[in-house]
Amino acid sequence: MNPTPTLPETTPTTGAPERADLRPESIDDAVIRLAGNSQDGIQSAGAFLARLAGRSDQEVMTYMTIPATISGGPSIFQVRMGTGEVLSAGDEADFLVAFYQHSYQDHIDFLKEGGVLLYDSDNVEPNLDDRRFVYVGVPITGLTVEALGGTAKDKGKNIFVLGLISKIFQLDVEKLTMLIKEKFAGKDESIVNTAIMAFTAGYAYPVGNVLARRYQFETVAKKPGAPAQITMDGNQALAYGLIAAGVRYGAGYPITPWSSVMEILRRELPKYGGLFVQAEDELAAVSITLGFSYSGYLAVTGSAGPGISLKTEAIGWASMAEIPILIINVQRGGPSTGLPTNVEQSDLFQAIYGGHGDSPRVVLAASTVEDCFYIAIEAARIARKYSTPVFILSDSSLATRIEAFDEPDLANLMIEPHPDLTPRAAGFKPYALDRITQHAPPGTPMADGKYPLITGLEHDEMGHPTGSPKLHMGMTAKRRSKLQKLAAELPLPEIFGDQEGDVLLVGWGSTYGPIHDAAKRARSVGEKIGAIHLRHVHPLPEGLEKIFSKFKRIVVVEMNDQGIYGFGQLATILRARYCEPKIQSVTKTDGLTFRVKEILGHVFEGKTFPGRRGARNGSAGETVTVPIDPTTAAATEHAEAEVSAAADQSGDNTPTKLGSEAAEASAGTNETRPDSAQTEPSASREV
Amino acid sequence: MSDTLTIAEPAAPQREKLTKKAITADHPTWCPGCGDFAVLACYYKVLEKRQSEHEKIVTLAGIGCSSRFPYFVNGHGAHFIHGRAVPLASGISLARPDLHVFLFGGDGDGFSIGGNHLDHGARKNVNLTYVIMDNFVYGLTKKQTSPTSPIGFKSKTDPQGAIDQPVNAMKKLVASGATFVARTHASQVNHMIQMIERAMDHQGFSVIECLSECVEFFPGAFDPANPRKGGSFEVIQEKKYDNTPEDELRHDVTDELAAYKLAQLPFPGVFGVFYQNDRPTKNALEKKWIDSTREKLGQPSDLQLLQKTFDRMK
Ligand SMILES: Cc1ncc(C[n+]2csc(CCOP(=O)(O)OP(=O)(O)O)c2C)c(N)n1
Ligand code: SF4
Ligand SMILES: [Mg+2]
Repeated sequence: MNPTPTLPETTPTTGAPERADLRPESIDDAVIRLAGNSQDGIQSAGAFLARLAGRSDQEVMTYMTIPATISGGPSIFQVRMGTGEVLSAGDEADFLVAFYQHSYQDHIDFLKEGGVLLYDSDNVEPNLDDRRFVYVGVPITGLTVEALGGTAKDKGKNIFVLGLISKIFQLDVEKLTMLIKEKFAGKDESIVNTAIMAFTAGYAYPVGNVLARRYQFETVAKKPGAPAQITMDGNQALAYGLIAAGVRYGAGYPITPWSSVMEILRRELPKYGGLFVQAEDELAAVSITLGFSYSGYLAVTGSAGPGISLKTEAIGWASMAEIPILIINVQRGGPSTGLPTNVEQSDLFQAIYGGHGDSPRVVLAASTVEDCFYIAIEAARIARKYSTPVFILSDSSLATRIEAFDEPDLANLMIEPHPDLTPRAAGFKPYALDRITQHAPPGTPMADGKYPLITGLEHDEMGHPTGSPKLHMGMTAKRRSKLQKLAAELPLPEIFGDQEGDVLLVGWGSTYGPIHDAAKRARSVGEKIGAIHLRHVHPLPEGLEKIFSKFKRIVVVEMNDQGIYGFGQLATILRARYCEPKIQSVTKTDGLTFRVKEILGHVFEGKTFPGRRGARNGSAGETVTVPIDPTTAAATEHAEAEVSAAADQSGDNTPTKLGSEAAEASAGTNETRPDSAQTEPSASREV
Repeated sequence: MSDTLTIAEPAAPQREKLTKKAITADHPTWCPGCGDFAVLACYYKVLEKRQSEHEKIVTLAGIGCSSRFPYFVNGHGAHFIHGRAVPLASGISLARPDLHVFLFGGDGDGFSIGGNHLDHGARKNVNLTYVIMDNFVYGLTKKQTSPTSPIGFKSKTDPQGAIDQPVNAMKKLVASGATFVARTHASQVNHMIQMIERAMDHQGFSVIECLSECVEFFPGAFDPANPRKGGSFEVIQEKKYDNTPEDELRHDVTDELAAYKLAQLPFPGVFGVFYQNDRPTKNALEKKWIDSTREKLGQPSDLQLLQKTFDRMK
């Protein structure tokens, strides 16, 4: 939250008595963390905020923990929304909403100094002596019950809070009520009414009496013709990307955090005339998928680590038999059942090397929610062109976070699949040594009456078994040369930031945001630093060594354990490939996403960096609890949009070494994040 | 295989007769005298008799001596991994209703490593025909105990004789929910052809256990059911619904309990159709769902559908 002072008193505010200090401050970015129990619907309140940001053409990124217990339990939803470029979900919150005492205790350290704690004064007793924060107590439970009448109990607290936040941040009430109505459309009308009642009650609460500040997001003038924003999570983006890519068949077995991809496909594919099968296990899932692909429809399976382990043998068959197939791994902490609801990037080796024999496959890694959509299309393109298995790596942080991105040009992207059953000319060989295999699916007439056999045994060009040393060599080369051809056609990744310099950060997968934020922040204090992100992790694009040669240090940032191999998994691969001793690792294994300051702390040991924004100490320590005063609760306070024409961005780049923040940024970076306590899967429930 | 925008052209109008020669491929690599030769011969016979469209026949298998089958058939086919051919075949059957999906394999492939897939393919009643060539032993890996090896069978893994209770194939298949369950014997060619044809005509998961001797590692295993070797081949008498008193005693193939009773008979037991019913196939149920969904949506194009979904996410 960057409270940039607005032009003095030029903007008239409407409605109820306004105190001078109540004028909205223009901000370009805010991190709001909602902490409560998942059954309170904090996810849906957060999702409303994310979707509103999307509709308002704001950048948005969310971070959410999946409750490890079935019946709910402690959970958070964090929204970072702003008008600048939002790359990561935020290291620290500007605004913490605590529903319970445990929410307060677990997350207060995540609130930045000068940040606002909005708490349910019916359930939370904060330590008001801690003068780092601004305390805003609102009897959320009581007021919700009061607003909705007894029967709804406190259900609706989430929407009440949404109303409160809308007031504080001057959000677009009209758009929000539309979203609420859309969300509950088709349900009982009373549900919509209850939600609107809760929202209105929250919005009407005279929060101005307790919080001497309101905020106004800078508005960005939308460029004419700019695409609309789509708001979805990473698993949705994968599923809809597959649909755009013409994938109509697939099979899977449930496992967190992959399940929602299969649930979406199971529901959606029949609409397109396709089918997704819930198989008895992952061995069957990959086998059914190979059946779909063999029959002419490129198909998808997926899982998380444990299930991918089970699919391994059949994926080797796909390499050998040269059947195209897409395999999604939404990674979680491992090994074994591991950390079902936490994030890790420790399955890279498994994707590239998992399986016996020299079994070529392609591995792609999605970097953002938007990229989940496009990478599915890219994976399908590669699988079809090279008739080979293609892995898509995502992870639990991408799976659950919501981002807004430009609406894709569906008309140009959409592929409608049709198996190619045109008769094959005489002499057709499924495994011709001199070209890339393109199979003739069953149903294809063969002009010379000789039918192809698809097999996992080493084979001759017609698919018949052979033990010939020459053929095994030739066929091994044929399969592997597909990766070499692909590598030659891949674009080199763009270098973000400095094009040459002291440090190059290298990443893959969901760490895109924090890595780029880290580079940005380091550059703002004069470091010569660049960053590249690898979407194609296997094969690697050609020419990376040219990029590496321009930097003194190459630091590969990834969420896995460098202790086992000496370096993180990607770093190990790059070191082996380029024999480059200046490649180093920054890794971590706490099951949580990288924080920008963790990356900076590792890369620049001993140096200090400014926080994301200068902290505002305005009314820290103040706490006022006022009785509800209907006269101040007029819902007309929605101040007119206040546009700070020339946004002062300097706050962003000035190295303000405020004592506490500097200490924070340079502190040991492997500390456990406050939210780790509640993101640990409960011992009794595997997900 | 690309699923790009090439539309299938109609098959050539004048269709040559499907001959045994046309569907014969490599000479089988089985040991001389292996029971599997007879199964292959019967398969050729049925295909020839039925004159199915050549390109629509798909022959699939897992791993084992018996699973080498697809190499000996000239037709579309795939040789998959050990135990997983049922799900592979299910994918093909579900995506391509125009194909005749045939699956061949051994007792280890079907009842051991693939046992769970067999149960679920059967339960879901996927439309395909599956012949399990049961030789009571692992042939390809050279004489280890199989899930159907009788107690006392001396193998390389049970030199003192097998001690584990074998799978009762017929009970397992009926219990799993297969909608056509039959049993035959590789030495009884006419009976086998009948069973394969009836399985082929059945809509749903049709499975046949065919006792097929491994002359190398379990010679004589099925002599007790081979009249030429002094045994007796007892065929199930099915009800004719002719209102005769004899008919009372005949087997009702839709009677599941009666099927278990037949399966309970001591080795070598009886042969024929144990069980059959016409429960809807997964293929039909999924298609019904797809059709009604698309109907409700007004048969939109793929682009219209996805666009609508994205519009809701704005
Ligand atoms: C995953 C795996 N495990 C083990 C094997 C080795 N193997 C090949 S065939 C076979 C058993 C074959 O027995 P069965 O299915 O009864 O076929 P038969 O050879 O008797 O016809 C085994 C264990 C394999 N190929 N793959
Ligand atoms: S080993 Fe047995 S099953 Fe295999 S081919 Fe020889 S006889 Fe047949
Ligand atoms: Mg066997």
